[in-house]
Amino acid sequence: MPNAQSGFFEWVFFFVKTYGTLFLQGAGTTLLIALTGTIVGFIIGLGVGYVRAMPCEREDGAGRYVLLKIVRTILGVYIEIFRSTPMIVQAMVIFYGMASVFHINLPHLLAGFVIVSINTGAYLSEIVRGGIQSVDPGQQEAALAIGMTYGQSMLNVVLPQAIRNILPALGNEFVINIKDTSVLNVISVTELFFVSKSAAGTYFKYFEVFFITSCVYFVMTFTVTRLLRWLEKKMDGPDNYAIHGSQSVPDVELIGRGGERID
Amino acid sequence: MIDNKAERIIEVRHLSKSFGDHEVLRDVDFSVRKGQVVSIIGSSGSGKSTLLRCMNLLEKPSGGEVLYHGKSIRGEGFNLQMYRAHVGMVFQQFNLFANMTALENCVVGQMKVLKRSRTEAENTAMEYLCKVGMDVYVKAKPRQLSGGQKQRVAIARALSMNPDVLLFDEPTSALDPEMVGEVLAVMKDLASSGLTMLVVTHEMGFARDVCDRVVFMDGGVIVESNTPEVIFTNPEQPRTREFLARILEN
Ligand SMILES: Nc1ncnc2c1ncn2[C@@H]1O[C@H](COP(=O)(O)OP(=O)(O)O)[C@@H](O)[C@H]1O
Ligand SMILES: [Mg+2]
Repeated sequence: MPNAQSGFFEWVFFFVKTYGTLFLQGAGTTLLIALTGTIVGFIIGLGVGYVRAMPCEREDGAGRYVLLKIVRTILGVYIEIFRSTPMIVQAMVIFYGMASVFHINLPHLLAGFVIVSINTGAYLSEIVRGGIQSVDPGQQEAALAIGMTYGQSMLNVVLPQAIRNILPALGNEFVINIKDTSVLNVISVTELFFVSKSAAGTYFKYFEVFFITSCVYFVMTFTVTRLLRWLEKKMDGPDNYAIHGSQSVPDVELIGRGGERID
Repeated sequence: MIDNKAERIIEVRHLSKSFGDHEVLRDVDFSVRKGQVVSIIGSSGSGKSTLLRCMNLLEKPSGGEVLYHGKSIRGEGFNLQMYRAHVGMVFQQFNLFANMTALENCVVGQMKVLKRSRTEAENTAMEYLCKVGMDVYVKAKPRQLSGGQKQRVAIARALSMNPDVLLFDEPTSALDPEMVGEVLAVMKDLASSGLTMLVVTHEMGFARDVCDRVVFMDGGVIVESNTPEVIFTNPEQPRTREFLARILEN
């Protein structure tokens, strides 16, 4: 173990050697919560965004109309509350609220998943709704006009385009979650920040430990950002397409850049 | 010419439509018989698109009714999805599904609405993509196609549903002039194959040479409806004459 005279790098080296596995486990937990939270939050967002984008007129039936209005109001309140309070406070309220009101002691990790998912869901609901509205209404009209139901038109035509449009925002949310899961240390989830705090506290070496911690966060977010950018490119599909071969025309490949037409 | 006693496929009866206080259609009455090619002409804002959109309930009519083979399309138990599948629509802005290839555009409706198998749907799609001369572009996404090519795929998409009647809303108005011809050629071909068509158009040549009947609309009402010969050589209404004089001048 280094002593009081040891320099910065000796301590850093010491922590990496002794706590390396623990840091990695913490980072793993961080990534797992961020990823699960983003995916579950996205599913929540899809559902909520879908309901909030649904057309609804009185003449479709009074019962349906009133029900939808009520559900929408509840969803609106959910979104407002979770977007207007810090996640660190939400974590405290949910974790200790479950314990004192319902006498349910949530496992710390599970509580972490739940909190990040619900919080992300609130943000992504608005993003999904915006994504749906960004798709040209003509797309849905064409789908309805060939006989698809509203649900089919959303599933096959509108949502795939909406999701493609919000993919950058979705990736952004994932990166934010990697960083913001650090607040879960207040309910003792053993993610990267919690692990770092424990290690640093044992030796009173906060700068050294959190220097390592910031490097780990950086590597995670940087890698994820690049990965998502690559994925986005790939999802746009090839910018060229093969001309379908016929007897007279052999298979040829026309190359065109995205957004350009090929005559 | 077309048998005037042929079965009426679609009848529009006293149709009216208002957006708020703005009355866009008033007491519109006409029908399309099997095998007929009917064109609707009239200046911009006269309610032509709204009429077509009311006919497949993309807009809800404020009054009157639309009958399909004698049945009201807003009646109890009327299958709106199947009706729309059998009454195809071709849009001014093409509205090809941007997330699908040309082939997929023609396949998806057949599979989801008509519940055809993929093989059957692809065969049907290929047949019509061939017909409009777009069979070599099956793998292209809409953004890779020119306007004329997009519209031809959109026509193939509508035909793939084996419709009773096709509604066209200014199918060539969004096209560069050099591409109008290729789309009109396809439409002429369809007309001569006996397909029932209702075409909103500013292409007076098409209305005169291809259609059995021409409907002139102005200010939300049908001003005059007659054979192309009468409309283009000797219209009864002064408003029709003025409109034609104005449009043929350009
Ligand atoms: N969704 C709408 N809301 C309000 N007014 C509309 C709407 N759609 C069309 N209109 C109005 O209805 C009139 C007829 O429009 P339209 O049917 O598009 O005419 P056309 O196709 O003959 O050019 C226009 O005055 C237009 O402004
Ligand atoms: Mg129009």
